[in-house]
Amino acid sequence: MAVEKMSIAKALNESLRKALETDPKVLIMGEDVGKLGGVFRITDGLQKDFGEERVIDTPLAESGIVGTAIGLALRGYRPVVEIQFDGFVFPAYDQIVTQLAKMHARALGKIKMPVVVRIPYAGGIGAVEHHSESPEALFAHVPGLKVVSPSNASDAYWMLQQAILSDDPVIFFEPKRRYWDKGEVDVDAIPDALHAARVAREGTDITLAAYGPMVKVCLEAAAAAAEEGKSVEVVDLRSMSPIDFDGLQVSVEKTRRLVVVHEAPVFLGTGAEIAARITERCFYHLEAPVLRVGGFHAPYPPARLEDEYLPGLDRVLDAVDRSLAY
Amino acid sequence: MTVESTAARKPRRSSGTKRAAGAASAAKAAAATAQNAEPQLVQLLTPEGERVESAENAEFAPFVADITTEDLRGLYRDMVLTRRFDGEATALQRQGELGLWASLLGQEAAQIGSGRALRDDDYVFPTYREHGVAWCRGVDPTNLLGMFRGVNHGGWDPTINNFHLYTIVIGSQTLHATGYAMGVAKDGADSAVIAYFGDGASSQGDVAEAFTFSAVYNSPVVFFCQNNQWAISEPTERQMRVPLYQRAQGFGFPGVRVDGNDVLACLAVTRWALERARRGEGPTLVEAFTYRMGAHTTSDDPTKYRRDEETAAWEAKDPILRLKAHLLATGGADEAFFEGLEAESETLGKRVREVVRAMPDPDTMAIFENVYADGHALVDEERAQFAAYLASFEEGH
Repeated sequence: MAVEKMSIAKALNESLRKALETDPKVLIMGEDVGKLGGVFRITDGLQKDFGEERVIDTPLAESGIVGTAIGLALRGYRPVVEIQFDGFVFPAYDQIVTQLAKMHARALGKIKMPVVVRIPYAGGIGAVEHHSESPEALFAHVPGLKVVSPSNASDAYWMLQQAILSDDPVIFFEPKRRYWDKGEVDVDAIPDALHAARVAREGTDITLAAYGPMVKVCLEAAAAAAEEGKSVEVVDLRSMSPIDFDGLQVSVEKTRRLVVVHEAPVFLGTGAEIAARITERCFYHLEAPVLRVGGFHAPYPPARLEDEYLPGLDRVLDAVDRSLAY
Repeated sequence: MTVESTAARKPRRSSGTKRAAGAASAAKAAAATAQNAEPQLVQLLTPEGERVESAENAEFAPFVADITTEDLRGLYRDMVLTRRFDGEATALQRQGELGLWASLLGQEAAQIGSGRALRDDDYVFPTYREHGVAWCRGVDPTNLLGMFRGVNHGGWDPTINNFHLYTIVIGSQTLHATGYAMGVAKDGADSAVIAYFGDGASSQGDVAEAFTFSAVYNSPVVFFCQNNQWAISEPTERQMRVPLYQRAQGFGFPGVRVDGNDVLACLAVTRWALERARRGEGPTLVEAFTYRMGAHTTSDDPTKYRRDEETAAWEAKDPILRLKAHLLATGGADEAFFEGLEAESETLGKRVREVVRAMPDPDTMAIFENVYADGHALVDEERAQFAAYLASFEEGH
């Protein structure tokens, strides 16, 4: 049996190791990814085993990291770059949005951009400013990018390898407060498709849709609701671009109610897009408007306030109650 | 050219000196002096067309020792045809056939000299004005016009001629060039990479980051800056306080200022820099000191910000007239050559006109093509919806 129990961090590390072993064109790049193994140790030991030419410590310059990764991709390499924290991606945002996302289209398909941008994201670790943000909607809004986020160790292992295999640029958001959560990883399994939603818990009364760090919160909410006799289905979206609306539609047509949960600000966020599209697709099935639970239109607060800011069990259950009350 | 009468206008610099004296303005004046003093530059051919030997060019002259008279005629032909193509494109914009054009007028020597220094396996990262370099790479000049006509965002396959698509965001491509060069080094190849950018782009963070990355990884890349003195309306004093080529020193690699209107010097210096790259000696910054004779683009009006005197001074340094003077003085070309070239220019201009006018608009559904290499559910959905919407009109008949 090839099923192993490992943390998300370890699963990501093993995934990178597998990718480096499989394809000599795969490169790891980023600040501190070499000797240190990354500030979260996701690349731990990789430079030791694959050398400085494959696991590359870079200057402290995010635009440079992504911009040179684009050039390496043009030369036939498959760079996997690490942005140290979510809030530090913005110096690279120009290269990602104006260059990486559009290169394939501008070249009428003659150029592929197999670049993965790994970003530890979202809150819950008591960090200082710029270390807890959820900018996924800013990337999902950009044509040419794909945006995914695993919520468990198995997805961490498989989705990262699938992202590296993709000929499109993939923004790979890693839920940093879940890095140390353990789960089973079947390294011989045939994984789900990278952009397919997955039913994480079956239910019949209402659907909770989430991704990344909020899947765990939703599963806990579903368990708590079950004690009150409510049957809550939890859909792990896994991908924010594209979003598996077909998969989500199946769930919503069954439960007739939907609450979308994410850490990012609700306003113009992923949940807004999901609410609009599911309303369009499932108008005659819905018993209640699609509700959203997420962050406020305010800067991510100081760490001592993040427990209030982040959607927790109570806020999710409150939304479930509001939906069921229609 | 496009310069209107500016007789009534005061010299731009005089208004600056009216402001407060003191340390700040003194520093400003010093900076301006550093920028505008007759620069130390590598020159092999004077504006009068005479070959020169000097201490500055001694290191570089051997790099064109092999250039024959026939080669010189070839360089001349490249510059003339490039100028003719460029002029035709400007005219086509004025006639409404192109939405915009970025003219290279005045920069032919910098582009042809550097472009002819390259080997086929070298890779070029241009901005949006490198029509002469594209010419050297064998890209059909009519392919450069699609993006300016609005039928595509590129128009050529970069992998065929190792000539990347034009990059419009200023300076972004210097990082792509650096990354590509990092890849070349990893491959153990002896190809080199050249990144083109302008004096304005040198202010961009990406260019500084490209210098940093290429230096620390010792990447085989030549940064070829065409300092054409103006970033739209901003003069070089608004971009830098020290001569541009000196910046390389702070990053740990050599910088050279070359007479950008001297095709022979540009060829020599670029060959020198490329050979350094091939030998594994890392990046070089070449500052080609030149002048944009026309507008930044056809949307621009240089009469609003620069003086006739300045433009006239640079006209006297014209790269094409300079080589013509040399060819005539040395008997390198006769009247038949120049007449033949004139006829060839007219043929090129005619072809460019015809091809541009015949360029079809892209198919509507091309909007959805090549957004992703591996496909995307949302794009598929929107493509189907839009196709159905368009079809609904046809069903109505």
